[in-house]
Amino acid sequence: MATKASRSAARLMMAPAVILLMGWMLVPLVLTVFFSFKKYLPLRGDRWQNGLDWVGFDNYVRFVSSSSFWPAVQTTLIIVLGVLIITVSLGVLLALLLDQPMWGQGIVRILVIAPFFVMPTVSALVWKNMFMDPNNGLFAHLWQFFGAEPVSWLSEASLPSIILIVSWQWLPFATLILLTAIQSLDSEQLEAAEMDGAPILSRFGHIVLPHLGRAITIVILIQTIFLLSVFAEIFVTTGGAFGSRTLTYLIFQRVLESQNVGLGSAGGVYAIILANIVAIFLMRIVGKNLDT
Amino acid sequence: MSFKSTACAATALTLATAFSASADSHSPTITIATVNNGDMIRMQGYTDEFTEASGIAVEWVTLEENVLRQRVTTDITTNGGQFDIMTIGMYETPIWGKNGWLVPLDGLSDSYDVDDLLPAMSGGLSFDGTLFAAPFYGESSMIMYRTDLMEEAGMEMPDEPTWDFIRDAAAAMTDRDNDINGICLRGKAGWGEGGALITAMSNSFGARWFDEDWNAQFDTEAWANTLTFFKDLMDASGPAGYSTNGFNENLSLFQQGKCGMWIDATVAASFVTNPADSTVADSVGFALAPDAGLGKRANWLWAWALAIPAGTQQKDAAMKFIEWATSKDYIELVAENEGWANVPPGARTSLYENPEYQKVPFAQKTLDSILTADPQNPTVDPVPYVGVQFAAIPEFAGIASEVSQEFSAAYAGQQTVEEALAKAQDITTEAMEAAGY
Amino acid sequence: MARAVTPRRKALFTMIAWAIGLVIFFPILWTILTSFKTEAQAISDPPVFLFFDWTLENYSVVQERSNYMRFLWNSVIIAGGSTLLGVMIAVPAAWSMAFVPSTRTKDILLWMLSTKMLPAVGVLYPIYLIFIELGLLDTRTGLVIVLMLINLPIIVWMLYTYFKEIPGEILEAARMDGATLKEEILYVLTPMAIPGIASTVLLNFILAWNEAFWTLNLTAAKAAPLTAFIASYSSPEGLFYAKLSAASTMAIAPILILGWFSQKQLVRGLTFGAVK
Repeated sequence: MATKASRSAARLMMAPAVILLMGWMLVPLVLTVFFSFKKYLPLRGDRWQNGLDWVGFDNYVRFVSSSSFWPAVQTTLIIVLGVLIITVSLGVLLALLLDQPMWGQGIVRILVIAPFFVMPTVSALVWKNMFMDPNNGLFAHLWQFFGAEPVSWLSEASLPSIILIVSWQWLPFATLILLTAIQSLDSEQLEAAEMDGAPILSRFGHIVLPHLGRAITIVILIQTIFLLSVFAEIFVTTGGAFGSRTLTYLIFQRVLESQNVGLGSAGGVYAIILANIVAIFLMRIVGKNLDT
Repeated sequence: MSFKSTACAATALTLATAFSASADSHSPTITIATVNNGDMIRMQGYTDEFTEASGIAVEWVTLEENVLRQRVTTDITTNGGQFDIMTIGMYETPIWGKNGWLVPLDGLSDSYDVDDLLPAMSGGLSFDGTLFAAPFYGESSMIMYRTDLMEEAGMEMPDEPTWDFIRDAAAAMTDRDNDINGICLRGKAGWGEGGALITAMSNSFGARWFDEDWNAQFDTEAWANTLTFFKDLMDASGPAGYSTNGFNENLSLFQQGKCGMWIDATVAASFVTNPADSTVADSVGFALAPDAGLGKRANWLWAWALAIPAGTQQKDAAMKFIEWATSKDYIELVAENEGWANVPPGARTSLYENPEYQKVPFAQKTLDSILTADPQNPTVDPVPYVGVQFAAIPEFAGIASEVSQEFSAAYAGQQTVEEALAKAQDITTEAMEAAGY
Repeated sequence: MARAVTPRRKALFTMIAWAIGLVIFFPILWTILTSFKTEAQAISDPPVFLFFDWTLENYSVVQERSNYMRFLWNSVIIAGGSTLLGVMIAVPAAWSMAFVPSTRTKDILLWMLSTKMLPAVGVLYPIYLIFIELGLLDTRTGLVIVLMLINLPIIVWMLYTYFKEIPGEILEAARMDGATLKEEILYVLTPMAIPGIASTVLLNFILAWNEAFWTLNLTAAKAAPLTAFIASYSSPEGLFYAKLSAASTMAIAPILILGWFSQKQLVRGLTFGAVK
């Protein structure tokens, strides 16, 4: 059905989106790359209008040779992986559960997806102050009730705490997509398997999971994009202390706290490279699934 | 609704927002960025009085301290022009003033009486003898302690205690079964939080950030002593999880009666003695911050001040607001409505000469603390920088926030004091090299 | 789902699901409850759950301190404007990808998604400088544009997957009847894709509403949305749990209510092409 005319029309219709995104990608990217080769210390009075000194690859070398760089990369990956594992595995279970007939199904679904509507800043503030605070937090009261010493969550277990907060926010998203996928599952096939006496685990492993494969890859892809740039949750809770500094946070410290835009921009370029490594890896998988 | 009408509505909406942004400019409106501290929020409440008297409308952008810093710094360094007045501190003012980013406050009226500002304050908010920000309130730090618990412990707080006394008193007051910690101190990461306390404390132990050639000094014995003393003290007599406690957390703890002593900002005195919020309001005593016999006390000096960015279009209106908000009349206004204990402290000499204010229990100790802090000469050994709990160089905020993160990790037991200091030395050396020292 | 279900099994699932649902929802519930307590009750030990003196004081304090309605209105305009603008740009693009696919369609789609990976903090200075030059700082227009660009890839992808499910024969038939391309999109395609478009709008409205980096850094007084409203309550001096809870409740309530009403739509519609 693709005639020549409709092809050029199609190109025309795609143009606004493509051009806009091209601009949104290229303009900041070019400026970031430009700054990354410059000495740009705004608080020392450097202004881009007055011209900036060229420093070659100094910023790049300095950013990676900093003792904070590799731990930050590692922390980033731990947070992304941790949240993915939790949200996907719990998401599958929850989706299966929510698909079962029950009383008040609508309300339960609302309860489960509610965290998705909460702004990251708010959820970080609530978790930090009202749950994880070692003196007045609800967890501390709970621990004390059972005679245990209250845990200082954000310092003693900073990464698990942050992973918990972020997972809480993203679990609804995973559940929603997986639930939609489960609803499209052919129930007759399941019933037939049940009749044949296939045990529940093998039914899950042979029918449900393969069916969900595509949905799971999509959950992973989209969440990864958002998780790589997790920021508010760390800014509010630990401020990057106690080993919770991600690559994004390290760049924030370089650009805004240290006011070294050149160095931060070099970090930004590294972050883009890291994101793309992850992305290519992911898209290989998703691309295959996306074809059909 | 058809797609067409949705599309039209959307376009209209977008256009409407585009135009509404540039409308209405008949009466002068100034935009003020400020921090969400109690005194500032009280000031917002009186904005109407200012608008009535002057015809100048005020828009407030109230942000939490860290967000505020990030926001105003981005704006001033890029000349963004989003604010007509910015609330900044003693750290920013001389740096920004030096760069020519602030309007000099030399045209203040006679009735404002600029000479009435405490010299420590106007000195810290000036560069090269020119005042660049007007202090809204000033603070040092001092000891606030529970007189009842001190008595129970059978001890008596001297006016000028030493760290050794503090350690012993804290141990004696601690009663874990009743949830009473002998001492609460800031351990939270951030240069304005735990970083401020440990730096001021290190001054009293004879440590310093840099030697005269800008070499980082964390490999010295004085720093090791400071950090070891702090950690031992807090592990023995501090609250659980003190490595995440900042000003606010400690304030809550003290108000709930969970702290025997607390060394922190002098402005906290009015909160802990306010019976509406504090369960221990009638049993709080005050003393100067401790020393270690080396001639420097562990108290800092800070002011939250109002400054006008050079890029503003509303210079005159902004000036008028600053004159109003930091005037003697404003202090009177607050005193009349909310009592003398609630006026913004630490900015003006006349306030401390006022017999009404002298009746406030913490007035004299606040003044004494402010007067003993010397930003020009903060340490036992000479240093090339100005500032008590900070060094007024652009790189300091970034370095100190990372260094204080390493310290907090040591407080939490995730690394040893030696490891934290070694990392601090690396971070500082690295950053100073990057900045070209 | 026409499986026969024993009441016992149904009761069991009901219990488990409700228990899990309540655990997940609890932080929000606790925030809402706390917002009706006094500051002292908010930190009382042991914590009080329901039996306290309910008060609206926190809400009136918050309302007195900040002009909630203005923040709310800015949030609505910014989230709504960016979503609608995004959909208008994305519909044609998604249409052409779905119905006139070329060998590069998939690459373009994935490339679009990859533009989302630019770390925002890294490009704050460039964007801030551009905004100064264009006079867009602290304008809702500026934020509408930025948030639209941020979410455009997601919008395109979602719409693309919905459009792809629409059988091409229907379009062929319309074309036979002499429908122009514009008519084809407006009167044939769009009505069929309305559920998909609705979910897309919903999801992106939520994402835009909750975006907290650009909305905070590119605004001052005039265009500041609810994310900035929250930033003034995060850690003031003194006891603040109850006031923070009230402010938080006010910030999330509108979107929470919207989400609840559209729950069915979201459950059906969020597929990203995950369903075959």
